[in-house]
Amino acid sequence: MTDWPILSTVTFLPLVGVLLILLIGDDNENGRRNIRSITLLTTVVTFVVSLFVWIGFDNSQAGFQMVEKHEWLDSGISYHMGVDGISMLFVILTTFLMPLCILASWESIQKSVKAYMIAFLLLETLMIGVFCALDIVLFYVFFEAGLIPMFIIIGVWGGKRRVYASFKFFLYTLLGSVLMLLAMMAMFWQSGTTDIPTLLTHAFPASMQTWLWLAFFASFAVKMPMWPVHTWLPDAHVEAPTAGSVILAGILLKMGGYGFLRFSLPMFPIASDMFAPMVFALSVVAIIYTSLVALMQEDMKKLIAYSSVAHMGYVTMGIFAVNAEGIQGAIFQMLSHGLVSSALFLCVGVIYDRLHTREIDAYGGLVNNMPKYAVAFLIFTMANVGLPGTSGFVGEFLTLLGAFKANTWVAFFATTGVILSAAYALWLYRRVVFGTLTKDSLKGMLDLSGREKAILYPLVVLTIFFGVYPAPVFDATAQSVKALVTNVTASINAAQTAAAN
Amino acid sequence: MTPELSASLALLTPELILAVGAMVLLMIGVYSTSRSSTLVTTLAVLVMAAAAAWLLFSVGEGKAFGNSFVVDPFARFMKVLTLVGAAVTLVMSVGFAKAEKFDSFEYPILVMLSSTGMLLMASANDMIALYLSFELQSLALYIVAAINRDSLRSSEAGLKYFVLGALGTGMMLYGISLVYGYTGSIDFNVIASTLTGAERQVGVLFGLVFILAGLVFKISAAPFHMWTPDVYEGAPTPVTAFFAVAPKVATMALILRLVMEAFQPSAGDWQQIIVFVSIASMALGSFAAIGQRNFKRLMAYSSIGHMGFALVGLASNSEAGVRGVIIYMLIYVAMTLGTFAFIIAMRRKEGQVETIGDLAGLSNTNPVMATILTILLFSLAGIPPLAGFWAKWYVFLAAINAELYALAVIGVLSSVVAAFYYLRIIKIMWFDEPVGGFEPMPVELRVVLGASGAFVLFYVLIGGPIGTYAQAAAKTFF
Repeated sequence: MTDWPILSTVTFLPLVGVLLILLIGDDNENGRRNIRSITLLTTVVTFVVSLFVWIGFDNSQAGFQMVEKHEWLDSGISYHMGVDGISMLFVILTTFLMPLCILASWESIQKSVKAYMIAFLLLETLMIGVFCALDIVLFYVFFEAGLIPMFIIIGVWGGKRRVYASFKFFLYTLLGSVLMLLAMMAMFWQSGTTDIPTLLTHAFPASMQTWLWLAFFASFAVKMPMWPVHTWLPDAHVEAPTAGSVILAGILLKMGGYGFLRFSLPMFPIASDMFAPMVFALSVVAIIYTSLVALMQEDMKKLIAYSSVAHMGYVTMGIFAVNAEGIQGAIFQMLSHGLVSSALFLCVGVIYDRLHTREIDAYGGLVNNMPKYAVAFLIFTMANVGLPGTSGFVGEFLTLLGAFKANTWVAFFATTGVILSAAYALWLYRRVVFGTLTKDSLKGMLDLSGREKAILYPLVVLTIFFGVYPAPVFDATAQSVKALVTNVTASINAAQTAAAN
Repeated sequence: MTPELSASLALLTPELILAVGAMVLLMIGVYSTSRSSTLVTTLAVLVMAAAAAWLLFSVGEGKAFGNSFVVDPFARFMKVLTLVGAAVTLVMSVGFAKAEKFDSFEYPILVMLSSTGMLLMASANDMIALYLSFELQSLALYIVAAINRDSLRSSEAGLKYFVLGALGTGMMLYGISLVYGYTGSIDFNVIASTLTGAERQVGVLFGLVFILAGLVFKISAAPFHMWTPDVYEGAPTPVTAFFAVAPKVATMALILRLVMEAFQPSAGDWQQIIVFVSIASMALGSFAAIGQRNFKRLMAYSSIGHMGFALVGLASNSEAGVRGVIIYMLIYVAMTLGTFAFIIAMRRKEGQVETIGDLAGLSNTNPVMATILTILLFSLAGIPPLAGFWAKWYVFLAAINAELYALAVIGVLSSVVAAFYYLRIIKIMWFDEPVGGFEPMPVELRVVLGASGAFVLFYVLIGGPIGTYAQAAAKTFF
C-alpha cells in the first residue's frame, strides 16, 4: 500500500462521483435523490480515504511525504504532489467539511440539483489539489480553477444580489492572481524550475524578492482576505447559498494563509521580514476595524463574514511574527476557524431555511422552542469569541503570544479585538436566541431535525475536543513549522549580517 | 522538366493539390445539373484533408524556386493548422447553407483558393512570394465576405473589407519597394545579411513599418482593426468563422517569418512596433467588447484582444516566444471554431439569432450546449486548467524572460477586464430566466462543438506532446 498514490486518489475521487452523476437525469424526484445520495457517498468515501493520509503521516518528519511525481508539460512542469505538516490538515479539513455541505444543501437546493452537486464535487477536487500541489504551475491551476465552480455556485443558487457578488468575487480574485502568475514566471526563469521543494531551497536575490513578494501578496491578501481588499467577502458570503458560504469561510479563505506559509515566507524571507510591519499594521486594522463593522451589521451572514476577516487578521499576524508559536497558532486558528465559522454559517442556514430571512431583527427568543439549536449555536459563538476550552481560544492565544514576541504593540492592539469579538458575537446571540418569543412567525419553528443534528453535532464535538486537547494538530504541524522557522530566520539573519558588513 | 523544377514542385505538392482540386471542383460545380453545393463542400473538405495529410506525413523539407519558397517544420505546422481551420469552417457551413439559402457552390471553391494563398504565405521566403500569396488569399476573401450578395449587411461588409484591405495592401507594397530600394534584394535571407552590422537606415525602417501595417491589418490587430467588427457582424456566420481562423493563422505565420528571418538584425525596431500593436489590441479588445450585445461583434473584439495576446510572444523575440505564438494560435483556432459552431447553432424556429440576450437561461433549455460554451468562454478568458490559460502562459512566460514587464502586466490586467465580458455571457446563460431554447444542433456542429470543448478541457492532459511539436516548429528560426 505504500506505493499507492493516495494523494491523487483523494484529490480525484470526487471526479468519479461527477462521472456517476452525469449519468443520472435530474428531472424527477427519484433522480434528484440519487444524485444527492451519490454526492454524499462520494464525499464521505473521500473523507474516509483522506483519513489514511493522516494515519500514514509521519509526524517526526519535516519534509514532504507521500510524494508523487510525473512528467507533465514541457519546460519541466511536473505533476508533483505531496503533503507536509503545514498542508496535511487542510486536506482533512476540506474532506471533512464537504459531506456537511452536501447535507446542508439537501433540502434547500431544489433548482438544478445535478449542476449544483457537480460544481461542489469539482470544487472539492480543486481545493484538495491546492493543498497537495508541489509545483507552482499545478498549484496555480488548482488555485484559479476553483473560481469557476464557486462563481457558478454563488451566481445560480445565491440570493438577490448574486450576480453582483459573483462577479465581484471572480474579478477581485482573478486580478490578484494574475500578478502572482507573472511572479511565478519570473521565478521559473530565475531558478529554472517550477518545483516547490527545489524553489524552497533556492535563494532569490533580495531585490527580486521584494517584487515577487508583492505579487504573491496581491493574490493571497485578496484571498485571505486582508483589509482593505476584503470587500468582496461580505458580498460573496451573504449571497452564496449556505454550503457555498461554508466552503468560502472554511476552505477558500485558508488558501491565502496557506499561500503565505508555503510561498511568501520560505521563498522570500528577506522581503517577508521587510514587509512584516506592513502586514502587522494591516492585520491590526483588520482585527479592530472589521470587528467594529461587524457590530453594526443587521444581516447575520454579513456579521459572520466580517468576523471572519477579523479572525484572518490573527492568522496573518501570527504568520509574519515568524516564530513557532505564531505560525503554529496561525495554522491552528485557520483550522479552528474552518470549523467554527462553517458551523456558524450552518447555524444561520438552519434558521434561514425555516424563515427565509437573515435579518437579525426578524428573530428573537429562539431558545424557547429550539433549545438544542440554542446550545449548539452558543458553543460556536463562544468558540468564535475565543473562550478557553473551545478551539477558538488556542489559535487566538498562540498568535497573540507569537506577535507579542515579535512586537508588543501589535499584540496589545490585537488583543482589543478579542473584547470586540465578544461584543458582537454575544450581542448577535442575545438578539437571535434570548429574549421572549414574541414574533408570531417564529412560534411555529421546530428544533433541529435529524439531518441538521448530523451536521452540527460533529462540529460541536470537534470544537470542544480541539479546544481541550489540541495536541493531535500540533504534533502533525510541529516539525514542519520548526523547519520553516529555522530556515526563514537563518536567511533573515544571513541577510542582516551581509547588510551590516 | 529539370531536376530542380521537379524538386521544387514536389515541395509544393499540398498547394498544388488544393489549386488543382479547386479547379476540378469548379468544373463539377458548373456542370452538375442539380444544386451541388453540399457535394462540392464535401469534396473540398476531402481535398483539404488530403493536403493536410501530405503535410503531416511527407518528409520533404527544403527550399524551392530559387529560395522564394521554403518548407520547414514551422511552415508545415502552420499550414496544417490553417487547413484544419478552413476545413472545419466548411463543414460548419453545410447545415447553415441549407437553412439560410446560402448554398452557392462557389463558396467552398473560394475558400480553397484562399487557403492555397494561405499555405503559400506560410512558406513565402521573399517579398514577391509574400505579396503574391497574400493577394491570392485576400482577393478570395473579399468575395467571400460579400458572398451573401442579397444581404445589405454582407455587401457592406465585403465592400468595407475590400476598400480597407486594398489600402493595407497598397501600404505593404510601398513598404516592400522601400526595403528593396535600401537593401537591394527581395530575398529574406539576403535582406537579413545586408542589414546585419549595417547602419540603421530610415528607409528600411519606413519599409518595415509599412509592411507590418499591411500584415497586421489582416490579423485585425489594433490600430488596424476597424473593419473587423463590421465584417464579423455582416458576413454569414460560417464565413465569419473562416475569417476568424484561417487568415489569422496564415498571416501570423507570415509575420513571424518576416521578422524572424528578414528583419532579425533590426529586432529592436520591430519589437517596439509589435509591443505597441500588442498593447493597443489587448486593451481595445478588452474594453470595447464590454459594450457589445451582438455575439459575432463581441467575438470580433475578442479576436482583436487575442491577437494582441499572441503578439506578446512575438514581441519577446525568442524561441520561447515563437513557441508561445504557435501554441496560442493553435488554441485560439480550437476555441474560436467551437464558439462559432455554437453561434451558428443559435437558431430558433423563427430563424437565426445573434445577440447574447438570446442566450438567457440556456443552462435550463439546452444544458449540454450551455455547458460546452461555458467551458469555451472560461477558456477564452484564460482560466486554468482550460486551454486558453496555457496559451497565455506560454506567451507571457516568454515576455517575462525578455524582461518586457510592462507589456506583461498590461496584458494580464486586460485579460482580467476581458474576463468580465466572457463572464457576462456565462451569467446570461446560467443566472437569467430562460427566454426559450434553440433548435437541436445539426450533427456536424455537434461534432465541432464537442471536439472543441474536449480539446479545451483536456488540454492539460495532451499539452506535453503539443508543446514538443510547437517547440520543434519554433526551432526553425533559431
